[in-house]
Amino acid sequence: MKPYMKDPANAAMKLHYEVAKDDFARAGEASSKIKSVLKQLGIEGGVLRRIAIAAYEAEINLVIHSEGGTVEAFIKPDCIELYIEDKGPGIADIDLAMTQGYSTANPAAREMGFGAGMGLPNMQKVCDDFTIESEPGEGTRIKMVVNY
Amino acid sequence: MKSYWHSVILEKDYCNGCTHCLDRCPTQAIRVVDGKARIIESRCIDCGECLRVCPFHAKGALVSTLEILKKFKYTVALPAISFYGQFDERYDMNTVYNAMLLLGFDEVYDSAYAAEVLGGYEVELIKNNKTQNKPLISTYCPVITRLIQIRYPALIDNIIRLESPMEIAARCIRTRLMKQGYANEDIGIIFITSCPAKVTSIKNPIGVEKSYIDEAISVEEIYYKVMKVIDKVDVKKQIQKSSGRGIGWARVGGQSYSMGIDDYIAVDGIEEVIKVLETLELGKLKELDFFEGYACVNGCVGGPLNVENTFIAKNRIRKLSKAYKLDGPMPTDSNLIPKSIEWNLPLEPMPVYKLDNDFKKALEKMAKIEEIAQSLPGINCGACGAPSCRVLAEDIVNHMAKYEDCIIIKKKKEEAT
Repeated sequence: MKPYMKDPANAAMKLHYEVAKDDFARAGEASSKIKSVLKQLGIEGGVLRRIAIAAYEAEINLVIHSEGGTVEAFIKPDCIELYIEDKGPGIADIDLAMTQGYSTANPAAREMGFGAGMGLPNMQKVCDDFTIESEPGEGTRIKMVVNY
Repeated sequence: MKSYWHSVILEKDYCNGCTHCLDRCPTQAIRVVDGKARIIESRCIDCGECLRVCPFHAKGALVSTLEILKKFKYTVALPAISFYGQFDERYDMNTVYNAMLLLGFDEVYDSAYAAEVLGGYEVELIKNNKTQNKPLISTYCPVITRLIQIRYPALIDNIIRLESPMEIAARCIRTRLMKQGYANEDIGIIFITSCPAKVTSIKNPIGVEKSYIDEAISVEEIYYKVMKVIDKVDVKKQIQKSSGRGIGWARVGGQSYSMGIDDYIAVDGIEEVIKVLETLELGKLKELDFFEGYACVNGCVGGPLNVENTFIAKNRIRKLSKAYKLDGPMPTDSNLIPKSIEWNLPLEPMPVYKLDNDFKKALEKMAKIEEIAQSLPGINCGACGAPSCRVLAEDIVNHMAKYEDCIIIKKKKEEAT
């Protein structure tokens, strides 16, 4: 896997959203805003759906698992890049975390219908390029690219 | 983009320029310009929300009157299924249908029966759906279909490509009459409508080139005329022929219930439908087989051109559904076969919110919108004539409004000088 690196070159527009830990009431707002911007830009339905899924799953992960973080979208002439960064706690075993059905979500999140262990696998599935880096004690960084 | 005819219209004389309709329009299609509301036609989905909330009745629906019968040699009334819910229980539907003959129609057709037959095909499609497109989406409410076209293009493939009950009934009637020797232009098939969107569907059909229906008259107009003659009706013909299954389509959930499927959701009220469509767009709710959504609360009985209170009508539909039986064999009708009820045109997205066809220009516009939106007060007062500060920013960039249209900005500027 390529190392995680932000690539601002050619980004015609950058969207930046803060996502707070445990804020279920607002979960989905960032991805919803990204979605409406892309609609106004005339991005085709299938591509739009993939970006929306990637952004939504990432946002939900920040709410459930992280100490809070950011969702950024770089809109480029040929693709959209999503950058997800959080302040921890980090993932000890990334391969295990990427396994379908594996989840460390707490009972409160499960009560609300989250924690099926499909977030990360779904994100990888809908992207053309997926990079994840994480260390326990540090944060997690994810880059996702969806080409038009 | 080709412009299309709308049923929902604005009667300028009554409009006092308030912001009721601005706020309620689900597609941001209304602006107040020079003190009068104006509808942006490409964005209007004929949901009728503005018509319902306007305190001055400045919004109307374009429908015909009974005068139109004179235009044709042979006329057929095709009442909306929700017509069943409009009459007190002491008038049975067959009597109502016979009363309509006294108003000058040569024939009345029970569109609930077409719904019942359609349901038989629909349930097969739902049960045999092996695609990723789940849940399948009903097109019975044309507002929802238009909404998906303009706002949820990713969901277009989930839409069931079958005609509405009124349209299949009309095809079947017209084919029969032409076989009997009537010329096409002599036949007048007239839909009795509870909803402006159905009128738009007739003049501007989705999925087919031309509707088989000629005109639409509102339920209101027919209802009062039927009530005047109903006690004098000599019931001669058996016109009513649907079982409880078809009748149930008039209320939210009736369609799914009549098909006997389990994994469905039925949602009414356009705001609630939008919430579900947002979720579906994220690829959620895949465990569902079917989704029926209605712009109006309670489904078609909530249509703005009905007369009866929607909750009373909904309860009547429930009772009638039971009384006309839900468990008989599904009817098959050789005149109503799948070939004649499928759409033959592709359903295209209508990206009315797209800022520019050139991606680069669209990006530039978007950046400007973001910048302007940041500088506006963000209180969404509507005084500028746009429904929100964000929409004003879009209008400014699209040269449809000026920065100074914002009264707060204007006041600040005046104070500064």
